[in-house]
Amino acid sequence: MDRREFMGGATALAGSLALPGIAGAQAATEIAFFYPVAVGGPITKLIDAYAAGFEKENPSIKVKPIYAGTYQETIVKALTAHKSGTPPVLSVLLSTDMFTLIDEEAVVPFDSFIKTDDDKKWLGSFFPGFMENSQTGGKTWGIPFQRSTVVLYWNKELFKEAGLDPEKPPKTWAEQLEFAQKLTKRDVSGNVTQWGIQIPSSGFPYWLFQGLSTQAGAILTNPAGDKTDYANPGVVEALQYWVDLAQKHKVHPPGIVEWGTTPKDFFERKVAMMWTTTGNLTNVRANAKFPFGVAVLPAGKKPGSPTGGGNFYLSKKATPAEQEAAFKFVRWITTPERAAQWSAETGYVAVTPAAYETEAMKKYVADFPQALVARDQLPTAVAELSTHENQRVTKALNDGLQAALTGTKTPQKAMEDAQAEAERILKPYR
Amino acid sequence: MNNRATATVHGWLLLLPAMACLVIFTHWPAVASFIESFHSTPKARRPARFVGLDNYEQLLADPIFWKAMSNNLWFALGTIPASIALALLMAVWVNDKIVGRTWVRMAFFTPTILPMIAVANIWLFFFTPQYGLLEQIVGFFGGRSTNWLGSQDTALSAITIVAIWKEAGFFMIFYLAALQALPPSLGEAAAIEGASRWTYFRRIQFPLLMPTTLFVLINAVINAFRMIDHIFVMTRGGPDNATTLLLFYIYQVGFSFWDTAYAATLTCVLLALLALVAFVQYGFLERRTHYR
Repeated sequence: MDRREFMGGATALAGSLALPGIAGAQAATEIAFFYPVAVGGPITKLIDAYAAGFEKENPSIKVKPIYAGTYQETIVKALTAHKSGTPPVLSVLLSTDMFTLIDEEAVVPFDSFIKTDDDKKWLGSFFPGFMENSQTGGKTWGIPFQRSTVVLYWNKELFKEAGLDPEKPPKTWAEQLEFAQKLTKRDVSGNVTQWGIQIPSSGFPYWLFQGLSTQAGAILTNPAGDKTDYANPGVVEALQYWVDLAQKHKVHPPGIVEWGTTPKDFFERKVAMMWTTTGNLTNVRANAKFPFGVAVLPAGKKPGSPTGGGNFYLSKKATPAEQEAAFKFVRWITTPERAAQWSAETGYVAVTPAAYETEAMKKYVADFPQALVARDQLPTAVAELSTHENQRVTKALNDGLQAALTGTKTPQKAMEDAQAEAERILKPYR
Repeated sequence: MNNRATATVHGWLLLLPAMACLVIFTHWPAVASFIESFHSTPKARRPARFVGLDNYEQLLADPIFWKAMSNNLWFALGTIPASIALALLMAVWVNDKIVGRTWVRMAFFTPTILPMIAVANIWLFFFTPQYGLLEQIVGFFGGRSTNWLGSQDTALSAITIVAIWKEAGFFMIFYLAALQALPPSLGEAAAIEGASRWTYFRRIQFPLLMPTTLFVLINAVINAFRMIDHIFVMTRGGPDNATTLLLFYIYQVGFSFWDTAYAATLTCVLLALLALVAFVQYGFLERRTHYR
């Protein structure tokens, strides 16, 4: 960050602290806007450029983007600002934070801003998979912006060494296990030198696990976000498959696999196939010293993956004029051309099908076809786990998953305990 | 009389900035937490109301709280004696005239000046299964591969080792300063008497270092309950709460779950615990820390 950027940030901060009454007295409507950075790349610079581009076309509106840290830090700041009375007009927060934001009465739905047919067409233009985490109770609370899914990366060189077709990723759970067995190498004393597959389980194991549970045909939560189904037989079966990969078949590292070092394990050829976010695409492209492939996740009973990432939210405490201006900005930045540009620059999935029809996008994927995988997976993608008291309900599942993976509980017992805990937390919301 | 009044006013005015800071950032939050712990968490549609001891009842029934407490106890037991012993050893060693003394001192002190998050990231790679530093050493001697941070049996010990490594260098500085303040005549006298190196340490150096040991002990206890940064980077409390320490749990309840009332309750327990420890140390141990 150079000094000019710093000064810009400082002014923006000062701007956001100014009383709405004073800001309203000036000619231009100002929209302060909190956003997190969750992947590599010059995100700050890109966002500033978008803000400047929008201001040029809309001189009466000033956009003040404020970098607020990780997703977790951003929501802490946004909610603290909300409680103190002067929140940012617009923020990018996790799509799964929707129920939390509704419960805190921090956000307004976008529906009242949808007036013309053109507006309706715009709202209907997003991938339905992304809208699942944006809508509840017949209202739209968030607009998809930086969204992702889980995909499978594989090392083509190691596939060739193991006698597998380097162009063919596993298509089913059975194939995934079979390939992983061929790809696991052991030395004379039985120590594994190369693992077949790795699915990270630190921090937010529920997200990757949701790939498995969806493939087993189970849905973890209802759309109202007040009921979970952790003890569903499909969920237990999915967890059993994951646990078996490590403990029975020994083709997956035992214990908890670190999310942050998983790409590094892949670069170091310590693992032949890994599950991680499509947001790591640019990272892998830059650091893998071997040809690699990206594929949709293998199917169990059916294919599937959760979506992930961040949505735009409108603050309830902002003035109607500010909300209107922010809405205009959201519409502007989600047009197909801008969505395509954003996807190519970051690795996120573009949020509308129309973005993939633009010239810029066609040129980008012609050069780098792996970027299309995440989009191709969207038709089978499901909403990311999101409920009231989201973090707490999710933690119940995370703890259960880790208990099973480290062998202290059976998958059945772990999921029963997680369900009982979630039940206790969610009861008051029904 | 007039002069005295002016002096009093001056005195208070000089105290005021420090006092204001103390009240605003230390005393008031503690009192507020205490009050809040008897109320429910305020929600948009439901303001906080008085709930008596409900939060404390919830706490007694909360398995994660008990897990965090026992983890914290093991963590304290693991870090405090080890880091103090190591600090003393290192200080005695670099106090002697050895070759490259300055370099050794600096090497020992380096962990203290590194930013915690960076340190945790470095250690994250040390603990990486298969090709991490620790694995390479273990592998060289023919040991089996271990997932240090990813197994319930080793995760807390792994975190403890990082804390010892970080703390020992810091405490060494206090011991080194104390050792250099000891009159050299004592060493000379011991040498004339023909006392061995061990006797000199056991009968002279160690007893004279007791006030420093007490100071270091207090710091070590506080640090054991203040530990949070490494947890964030290395395990986030996992696997299955195996490395959840009290302060990390308070953060999680307060800023991930937004259950501020329960977080306040947990904070009160932490405060009470630290107060108790301080009471024992100042009220009891200090009276016995005299040179005999």
